[in-house]
Amino acid sequence: MPPIVAIKDLCKTYASGHQALKNINLDIKRGEIIALLGPNGAGKTTLISTICGIVSPTSGTVTVDGHDTVRHYRKTRSLIGLVPQELTLGAFEKVENTLAFSRGLFGKKPDPAHIEKLLKQLSLWDKKDSALMMLSGGMKRRVLIGKALSHSPKVLFLDEPTAGVDVELRKDMWKLVSDLRESGVTIILTTHYIEEAEEIADRVGVINNGELLLVEDKNALMQKLGSKQLSIELREAISSIPESLNTYELQLSDNGTQLIYSYDVKSERTGITALLQAVNKAGLQLKDLHTSQSSLEEIFVNLVNDRQTPPDPSKETHPMKDAL
Amino acid sequence: MNWQAISVIYKSEMLRTRNTLLQSIASPVISTCLYFVVFGSAIGSRIQTVGGVDGQGGVSYGVFIVPGLMMLSLLTQSISNASFGIYFPKFTGTIYEILSAPISFFEVIIGYVGAAATKSIIIGTIILITASFFVDLSIAHPLWMLAFFILTCVTFSLFGFIIGMWADSFEKLQLIPLLVITPLVFLGGSFYTIDMLPPLWQKISLLNPVLYLISGFRWSFFELSDVNHGTSLIMVLAFLFICLGIVWWMFKSGYKLRQ
Repeated sequence: MPPIVAIKDLCKTYASGHQALKNINLDIKRGEIIALLGPNGAGKTTLISTICGIVSPTSGTVTVDGHDTVRHYRKTRSLIGLVPQELTLGAFEKVENTLAFSRGLFGKKPDPAHIEKLLKQLSLWDKKDSALMMLSGGMKRRVLIGKALSHSPKVLFLDEPTAGVDVELRKDMWKLVSDLRESGVTIILTTHYIEEAEEIADRVGVINNGELLLVEDKNALMQKLGSKQLSIELREAISSIPESLNTYELQLSDNGTQLIYSYDVKSERTGITALLQAVNKAGLQLKDLHTSQSSLEEIFVNLVNDRQTPPDPSKETHPMKDAL
Repeated sequence: MNWQAISVIYKSEMLRTRNTLLQSIASPVISTCLYFVVFGSAIGSRIQTVGGVDGQGGVSYGVFIVPGLMMLSLLTQSISNASFGIYFPKFTGTIYEILSAPISFFEVIIGYVGAAATKSIIIGTIILITASFFVDLSIAHPLWMLAFFILTCVTFSLFGFIIGMWADSFEKLQLIPLLVITPLVFLGGSFYTIDMLPPLWQKISLLNPVLYLISGFRWSFFELSDVNHGTSLIMVLAFLFICLGIVWWMFKSGYKLRQ
């Protein structure tokens, strides 16, 4: 099945000379949730804005459902819904009217039943006659989502949808995003919150300095790049790590009862068996063992750092150690 | 054409007027009444008829100022309504929605300029009705009057739209209406005919484009004009096409909207 959004050799250089996007190539599959991660100024919002028509590309092409976003902008934009990063709403309009306005703007005939359904879904029905300026930040965020969904788009862009939103509302939004995906909407979200990507995305793209560093299936990415930590809990506290264990580059917890060993899941030999034997030989008694996998955040920080600083040969065998 | 989009922009702009009814409608009515009290009764009663020969014929000063008063309001209201209409979404950031919608720049203009022109037409009509309570009005050429009336509203709404696009602060939004338009209207013969001026100032006044609008509009009421009404019409149309040209260039270049 052809991708719903296909980005080819996309570049954007602003009038100031700042190169915000550098040769971006990305295919977004129908019905998936893809999270774009990146630090501030990485180019995430420029990428979204270019696809949506707010920013004109310098070179390259973007197609949505097979239509070029510049030549067939009416067709492509009618398929897209955008929730911007900022809480950009009018002040005096009523909630219900602003959703109806957005629907009309996208060429759809008035449909009060659809607007009512959306407002109920977003828990905004009791606020339908409220002026926008009277709403809380969380409610405004939901109104923006309602506006973006008012014309039933096939592709939804969420630019930092949960920035400044409390935990409860964030989880509500994740549920909403998940429900939308179930209804066949493709979702592209940018986020600072790695846990957000980890929680809801199917694929993760990492952008930094206008370059798309990688796009991977989330689980595969974590599997591929993630390092694991083995925590060895000791029966009795020790003051320093025995010299015989130096080769394993262990870390000792502050209370001296835990040895932490980082290993790469990609390597064939993790060294765990040898380590446990060495620990036994060193006369240490084990109380418990457990492992934990590195989070997407650690992967992300590592990737971005790798691009910013020249690789250090001493870290080649433990690519994730720095981040951990 | 995305008629739905044009319709919602137009309606939301008209709704904004309804929500600020007092400011939008009452304000021009009150200022018109004040002008009539000051110029029509207090000062006008001491002025002989205008446009007559040797004090015979012509129209009373109170009647004479009606077209000028209407033009004064039409120009300022058209510009302020249209400029604010497009500037406010830019200021709040809600312009993103218009930029990402399947709508052409031309359709955006029809929505905003259409609404601003409609408001001006409503205000102009209210002023005309208010004036008829103070003086006996007759319109010699109703069709010409309508043509000048509507063309002026549309042209200056378009001009206001351009100002709204250009402005990046509230101060800039007020700059041209206050420093350029208001002086041009007052010096364009709103309250006098240019033959009341010394010869040099008569010639200088002919460089003021607003003079042609007021003159043509006044001619449609009383067949009194400083310049030929055909020339006036050509001037309005010329300004309309200049504004359309600027807007077309803005559309092509994405001026201050699309980076």
